Amino acid sequence: MAEILVLVDHIDGAVRKTTFELLTIARRLGEPSAVLVGGGFDVAKEALAQYGAEKIYRVDSAEVTDYLVAPTAEVLASLVASAAPAAVLISSSPEGKEIAARLAIKTGSGLITDAVDVQPGEAGTVHTTQSVFAGGYMVQATVTRGTPIVTVKPNSIAPEAVSGAAVDQLVEMSISASAKTARITDSQPRAASGRPELTEAAIVVSGGRGTAGDFSKVEEFADSLGAAVGASRAAVDAGWYPHSSQVGQTGKEVSPQLYVAAGISGAIQHRAGMQTSKTIIAVNKDEEAPIFELVDFGVVGDLFTVLPQATKAVNAAKG
Amino acid sequence: MNIVVCVKYVPDAQSDPTFSESDNTTDRLGVDGLLSELDEYAIEAGLKLVEAAGGDDSMVTVLTVGPDKAADAIKKSLQMGAHAGVHINDEAIHGSDAVATSLILAEAVKKIGSSHETDLILTGMTSTDGTMGVVPAMLAERLGLPQVTLASELTVAGGTATIRRDGDLASVTITASLPAVVSVTDQINEPRYPSFKGIMAAKKKPVQTWSLADLGIDPGTVGLAGAWTKVESFAKRPPRAVGQIVTDEGEGGTKLAEFLSAQKFI
Repeated sequence: MAEILVLVDHIDGAVRKTTFELLTIARRLGEPSAVLVGGGFDVAKEALAQYGAEKIYRVDSAEVTDYLVAPTAEVLASLVASAAPAAVLISSSPEGKEIAARLAIKTGSGLITDAVDVQPGEAGTVHTTQSVFAGGYMVQATVTRGTPIVTVKPNSIAPEAVSGAAVDQLVEMSISASAKTARITDSQPRAASGRPELTEAAIVVSGGRGTAGDFSKVEEFADSLGAAVGASRAAVDAGWYPHSSQVGQTGKEVSPQLYVAAGISGAIQHRAGMQTSKTIIAVNKDEEAPIFELVDFGVVGDLFTVLPQATKAVNAAKG
Repeated sequence: MNIVVCVKYVPDAQSDPTFSESDNTTDRLGVDGLLSELDEYAIEAGLKLVEAAGGDDSMVTVLTVGPDKAADAIKKSLQMGAHAGVHINDEAIHGSDAVATSLILAEAVKKIGSSHETDLILTGMTSTDGTMGVVPAMLAERLGLPQVTLASELTVAGGTATIRRDGDLASVTITASLPAVVSVTDQINEPRYPSFKGIMAAKKKPVQTWSLADLGIDPGTVGLAGAWTKVESFAKRPPRAVGQIVTDEGEGGTKLAEFLSAQKFI
């Protein structure tokens, strides 16, 4: 069975959930091989084995990690040539998409981004589903040339554990000078919020203009549910919440099990970032707000009274 | 300082973008279009750099690939203050994917640079229609230039571009020598509106229209036939089932929690 390369998204070997989702999809298409770029192999090995990685290709060198995107694309291109995989799967983060973009050009392969589903077709083809035009359309597509390169949106599938051999394959390669031109000279990690990462979270609670700058009730409700906190562009532009928490076309695209929009009207730029959420709840004072067209459950009311009451009820239910 | 800004003419998101039934491509003719809003940030960034650099030979050239109507995107850019426009227009381009678009842009950038050396190629962070965000990286790969993308801050000094890029987990600083491909986010600046003077001046600015032959590109390598991916089908997402909406009369929060409980979220 042909290999399927999965680029591992990790921080010093702490593998992110999106990678387990990709490994689960990879098993439908062939034999999953994880590609680990950077340090942390000893930490990552067990987690990757638990989700079915048969091999782990690893490249640990400052030549790769000190530069933006291009060296990782070069590593993958080299593996596409040597392992002849049936597909390459990468997480749909901004960086993941850029790596995929360069890999497509390097290998002469078709690229599909932001897939929400990937299925095998006849004779090794790969068929994808994407949600486009702010979630207004579903598109089925396929790659017609080269090695299919697909980036998959987080939360598209529930990861399933199954043990894999996780055979260590150390890759020794030198990176070309042309891939080492955009140097990372400084990195400031984000302060940890103690909440789940926005794109990975199963539940997201977001606040907008209706918070008038006070996110405390949004945060308390989010914490009662163990949720990530998001914000609309209006709230971010007003300086009430950091841009890293923005949900929407120019922020993060999220697809959680549950999305709660508090004091957010639901402009198209926001809908583009959350419309594929499984269940949607809105709380808004304006009964005409477009967000109510999307909801499974809506409360017309003031978030400053509705959310605290809901928070209390949720905390009580948890006992 | 010589800057090329790549811009895109996109369907207006407010006007229900759709696909052409005949070939599953984005409908660019039957709907209202405009300059992609996110490209305005790239134009603004280019204008600021050129204004700071000064000199008679400093200029911003806007480059677009698209049908006749895409000239509107160049016009808006010139009204904002760009100095010249290049429009790649050829029937064979219809249906091009990101891979083909990046090829056309790369060849056009080279042709612009052959008469006037380019310091910087600027783009927006993504288009507002395809939203792939891959063309800047592809362009850097094809041109063999540093990829300095998703800049929320940009400074150019002494032949070096330095940006701040805000990632999921960290905010990183990236530097590269010019020439480079730089994409900018909507956090970088506040794009200017065209002034009356700008609108009048735009009418006299030079716009060149080039075909694929002018760029030495084989029409078979672009367009629908040259695409490396294929849209097999599309379907309008069925409207979400009408949800339950309650008006808060003192129990809105409790009812919300009951819904969460019924749906097994708590």
